[in-house]
Amino acid sequence: MSFTTDTVKRTASLARLALPEADLAHVAQQLEGILVLIEKLSAVPTEGVEIMAHPLELQQPLREDRADGRDLAGRDIYLKNAPVSADGLFLVPKVIE
Amino acid sequence: MSWEVVIGLEVHVQLNTQSKIFCSCPTRYGAEPNLHTCPVCLALPGALPVLNAAAVDKAIAFGLAVGAEINRRSIFARKNYFYPDLPKGYQISQYEIPIVGRGQLLLTLADGTEKVVGITRAHLEEDAGKSLHEAFSAETGIDLNRAGTPLLEIVSEPDMRSPSEAVAYLKKLHALVRYLDISDGNMQEGSFRCDANVSLRRAGEPFGTRAEIKNLNSFRFLEKAIEYEMERQQDILESGGKVVQETRLFDANKGETRSMRSKEEANDYRYFPDPDLLPLVLEESHIETVRASLPELPDAKKQRFMEAYGLPAYDAGVLTSSRALADYYEVVAEGLDAKLAANWLMGDLLGALNRSGAEIESCPVPAGQMRKLLQRIQDETISGKIAKEVFDVLFEQGADVDDIIERKGLRQITDPAAIARLIDEVLAKNPGQVADYRAGKDKLFGFFVGQAMKASQGKANPEQLNRILRERLDQPS
Amino acid sequence: MELHDHGLADLRRLLQKKEISAVELTTHFLQRIRSVDPQLRSFITLNGENALVQAHRADRQRADGSTQALLGLPIAHKDIFSTRGLRTTCGSRMLENYIPPFDATVVERLEQAGTVLLGKLNMDEFAMGSSNETSHYGAVRNPWDTRMVPGGSSGGSAAAVAARLVPAATGTDTGGSIRQPAAFCGITGLKPTYGRVSRYGMIAFASSLDQAGPMARSAEDCALLMDAMAGHDPRDSTSHPQAAGQFSAALDRPVRGLRIGVAEEFFADGLDSQIAEQVRAAIAQLESLGARIVPVHLPHNAVAVSAYYVLAPAEASSNLARFDGVRYGHRSQHADNLQELYQQSRFEGFGAEVRRRILIGSYVLSAGYYDAYYLKAQKVRSLIREDFRRAFAEVDLIVGPTTPTPAFALDAKTEDPVSMYLADIYTIAVNLAGIPALNLPCGFTREGLPIGMQLMGNYFADELLLAVGHAYQQATSWHLQRPDLAEVQG
Ligand SMILES: [Mg+2]
Ligand SMILES: [Zn+2]
Repeated sequence: MSFTTDTVKRTASLARLALPEADLAHVAQQLEGILVLIEKLSAVPTEGVEIMAHPLELQQPLREDRADGRDLAGRDIYLKNAPVSADGLFLVPKVIE
Repeated sequence: MSWEVVIGLEVHVQLNTQSKIFCSCPTRYGAEPNLHTCPVCLALPGALPVLNAAAVDKAIAFGLAVGAEINRRSIFARKNYFYPDLPKGYQISQYEIPIVGRGQLLLTLADGTEKVVGITRAHLEEDAGKSLHEAFSAETGIDLNRAGTPLLEIVSEPDMRSPSEAVAYLKKLHALVRYLDISDGNMQEGSFRCDANVSLRRAGEPFGTRAEIKNLNSFRFLEKAIEYEMERQQDILESGGKVVQETRLFDANKGETRSMRSKEEANDYRYFPDPDLLPLVLEESHIETVRASLPELPDAKKQRFMEAYGLPAYDAGVLTSSRALADYYEVVAEGLDAKLAANWLMGDLLGALNRSGAEIESCPVPAGQMRKLLQRIQDETISGKIAKEVFDVLFEQGADVDDIIERKGLRQITDPAAIARLIDEVLAKNPGQVADYRAGKDKLFGFFVGQAMKASQGKANPEQLNRILRERLDQPS
Repeated sequence: MELHDHGLADLRRLLQKKEISAVELTTHFLQRIRSVDPQLRSFITLNGENALVQAHRADRQRADGSTQALLGLPIAHKDIFSTRGLRTTCGSRMLENYIPPFDATVVERLEQAGTVLLGKLNMDEFAMGSSNETSHYGAVRNPWDTRMVPGGSSGGSAAAVAARLVPAATGTDTGGSIRQPAAFCGITGLKPTYGRVSRYGMIAFASSLDQAGPMARSAEDCALLMDAMAGHDPRDSTSHPQAAGQFSAALDRPVRGLRIGVAEEFFADGLDSQIAEQVRAAIAQLESLGARIVPVHLPHNAVAVSAYYVLAPAEASSNLARFDGVRYGHRSQHADNLQELYQQSRFEGFGAEVRRRILIGSYVLSAGYYDAYYLKAQKVRSLIREDFRRAFAEVDLIVGPTTPTPAFALDAKTEDPVSMYLADIYTIAVNLAGIPALNLPCGFTREGLPIGMQLMGNYFADELLLAVGHAYQQATSWHLQRPDLAEVQG
């Protein structure tokens, strides 16, 4: 089994998800099942096949470099969705560098 | 056997576009917190990035200026990590295929020798916001005004072998981006920041393990940080230890680097192509349009200054070290004595700027006034010495050169009769010295020059004064 | 026939002839939602008051001579589309209190066409699911049998349209999320060509696969919505410059002479026999309308689900990183430091299926696995596109079943993610390739559950799909059947 509880822990930490210790084995088992599904890819010969990152065979459009005005009323609407803010700033628990 | 330091630099240059790289928020520095934000740079659900054309052109301009390959097709990727000033939880950057490939930069070192430093690549990416740790006691405040400002990250080869080479490279790069007008290069405001990769090895051996020192925002800090790091690593190596590959921060107050333990934990950025952005494809004609708009570059300008103005390499190098200084020089020197102009700019003007902490861009003396000052020397309205006095007034108070000369009565005395009168008075006052001189004490000539010049308040034309004085002294009484 | 039994095109004619007003229509549908939806839970948020304001405005505009295409027609949006000032949850606890400060382009375009917005429709959380059971706001019920799921992730849209709570709705489709619920609920739903409908303001699941589309009772109604929805959007870099189309105008194109491909891969083991039977009957019907049936092969369809469950979670793991409890969304009360804030907020804000996909996505992108999973899946994606390219060199359309089974019972698959994923076995390849596909109702099981067939087309064949769907619906009445739902006094 490649999805051990340790793998789950490491991946959850990468993804910033707190998983209760008690759930780890169950999650590992479900992820292992998904892994078995996606492992089927390894049987497909893909030598010399180009990757496909995107369905559109177009190129990136460019935007003209023009700045739009911004005002505090607009900013305050954005801040309203913030769980915690003060003095126009979003707040998080103190970050120690 | 001594240690050799190996240095490579990663420089983050904020591009001076009007708007951010993926949205139309202004990039202006110093606004109210979070004023310059929108759904895109706040990473609101559903908001999508669209690439700024000017950021692309500025990256191309840089690539052309360092003789780099411009990739006809480059890809934007996501660098995934969590940090409060990174609103999307990933930074849009270029990873596998950057817009600018290999290029190089030619340095002139302090001893006059030249050195080529390789540029590995330069890629477009977005800047993060700012974390304010001081404003609140228990919290960190997040200001996303800077989030999404376009950056060009310029990565050098590990080609530098001393702190001073690293500084020379960074200065050259700094001058170049300002020449190209792709960045304001303001290091205090963080528009031009540098990470240094530093390792030690015995000469000829493979590279040692490197430490990466983050966010050096002055030339002096770069130098100090590398010097500290060299000592630190040498101590480790010589006591039989191993240098750990890690990220370190430079503490400018203590002059030392320290490990950023927190950030090291599981650095797995999970890069993959950003599905919200398509490949950036550049037509040949697009690149040629940018090429045609490039200004004269520093190396070419230096060469031209040497040829057109007959300046020595050193002078040409100093005067072309910034585009603003070079432009200033060209206004001042046109049709005048080019070496005189060079001396004045390199000596008096740069000295005064240095003392007042100003840059050539904010020089209180307009180039036209500086030029007029030198003209007044050349047309003998004032002497070189008086000119320094005029310059000091000009630098401190501004105003017009001719007005200063008139107001202060500094116009040079060129009337031979007036000068003769002054000399006669001096000789009359110092009969003893005159006798001694005539008895063979030649050295006293300088004394008389000084006295006469003093009597003229420095305004006497020096050559005339010399000539008439000699005539008078040598004439038997 | 009651007012709510009319489709969008019919209601449009009634409004144009001034036989009804937008206010009457809106009032009627709001009332019907209030009385029928408690047993379905297809709506998360109602836009009652505001809808009436919009309806009054529409009536005024009509009196002033406005000829906006969809003036006064009530619709509802999947709760994945940002609506300015109106809560947008994406089916998640994470966004329980999120009020977008801007409209999605789809919302804006449909509003400009004159529609009245009744509310926001339930969905699988962050569009991750095939049964609508992952919604934080409760599972949606299938109007044909409320013990059954409506499909997902646009299950609220499908159920609401099928139950006549709204004449038409928007949905999004990343791996089948329009077509599968449309099939389970017996309605018509189009997954357009990638790039024809703007993704701006639509909360991203997997950016290179997501596409918004119409869900309604007929191909004709879908075409009306597409006329307004499709179009180039400079705010979406992946919006196609030629995205706009004349969908309604192209509806009358005849079926005669079209070459229709049938891929045996779609009729393999695991396909419900009643579905096989009804879809084959539908194919025969198309043949009788003058189409020529041609066998085609899609050999890589078998691994499409595998490729999808690498690529979609990979993109999702990154797209959902922005939900960190800082600028909006759920923020844990049980965090003492920054890392706990992230980990707890995301654990509490996301449901189990979303967390599962974030984990899989983070895993396949992480150091050491990227090549084996992510790059490999992108190569297989190329092969899947090649399969379609080869097929569409021979045929104009491909027809098959939309789902391997009819709607399944609530809770039947919630503990077995992989069996749930296989519900999309016929729809996923279309998203990987980026081509359009349409679900059409084509029969019922003996138990009375709807059966859907899927028409797949080449890039930009959206108009053709709708025209063929329209012709089929002119000749059949499957799409006109309606579930028997009691009104409950709420
Ligand atoms: Mg970088
Ligand atoms: Zn912005």
